[in-house]
Amino acid sequence: MNQKIVSRIIWTAALLLALGMVVFGYVSGEAETVFSKAVNICMECIGLG
Amino acid sequence: MDKKHGSKLRKIIQICWGVLTNAYVKGFIAGSSTIYTGPLKHFCVPGMNCYSCPGALGACPIGALQAVLNSRHRKFPFYVIGFLMTIGLFLGRFVCGWLCVFGLIQELLYMIPTPKLKIPERVDKVLRNMKYVMLLVMVIALPLLYRNEYGAAKPFFCEFVCPVGTLEGGIPLVLLNDQLRPALGSLFIFKTAILTVCILASIFIYRPFCKYLCPLGAFYALFQKVSLVKLDVDKSACVNCGACARKCAMNVDPSKTPNSTECIRCGECLKSCPTNALRFTCAGKKIGNKTNIGETKNEEEGN
Repeated sequence: MNQKIVSRIIWTAALLLALGMVVFGYVSGEAETVFSKAVNICMECIGLG
Repeated sequence: MDKKHGSKLRKIIQICWGVLTNAYVKGFIAGSSTIYTGPLKHFCVPGMNCYSCPGALGACPIGALQAVLNSRHRKFPFYVIGFLMTIGLFLGRFVCGWLCVFGLIQELLYMIPTPKLKIPERVDKVLRNMKYVMLLVMVIALPLLYRNEYGAAKPFFCEFVCPVGTLEGGIPLVLLNDQLRPALGSLFIFKTAILTVCILASIFIYRPFCKYLCPLGAFYALFQKVSLVKLDVDKSACVNCGACARKCAMNVDPSKTPNSTECIRCGECLKSCPTNALRFTCAGKKIGNKTNIGETKNEEEGN
């Protein structure tokens, strides 16, 4: 098989995997973890401990 | 892309992106202790942008990655890794060159007219690996290995390294909110010192944080060779003059390694090429019209 076609298949598979991970992570509540961290001032991030 | 206007277009996009992703004006009003708390904070922005910046509308991907890794349940961060993979597969380090606020700040500092520092190649090569160490050790390994008695970990990179948080979050919040000032201590002094070194280094070295420390750049670098946006060399047109390598501020030789993990896709090499041998491509298709660009160059030479 042409190398170009193989790399396209691998790229598409990787993209589907990545999108699947986003959906799975969102459904399993990770977006809420991100949200709850992001809406509060992160004292460690800004150097206040 | 028009050679003549490429740099200007990039600066405009960088500034617009920075303003757009930090558009919560209320956060910048003195005396206000609020940061944006709306639903957009569920989502990450592609570049380094502290979510504690008073204006930030989205979440920082490195902060978000650590937030999930640090949670008591030791979850694999599917959501954030999936997001970063998606961005990496499409854009690679194009994000660094076009959509990162801290990258823009470093570039503006480098524009201050002073003699520039050339790091010896061997030292530079070793230092560039530091960003992968930051990603593996400070962002991933330490939060997994070191936990307190309640099972929670520290965001090691954000707490002990990240100058972006100090610049975009710490300093504005301390200036705008007097309730936070009593909390200032040795950590703030330490982080301000790191930021000061980064700022001073940026005046003499092109994007030192991106080159040597940024864990996000390290992650996107993994996708550089497979991303949809790429740099392509027309070998039949290249005359090996080395103009592109001399022009590259990231010390890449685009004629030999157009998809180097260090290339941030700024496009400066395209402008320097006398034979138009370099071209951005998207999914293998050239971006911009080669004939038009050639004509622009000829017109410039004619003038």
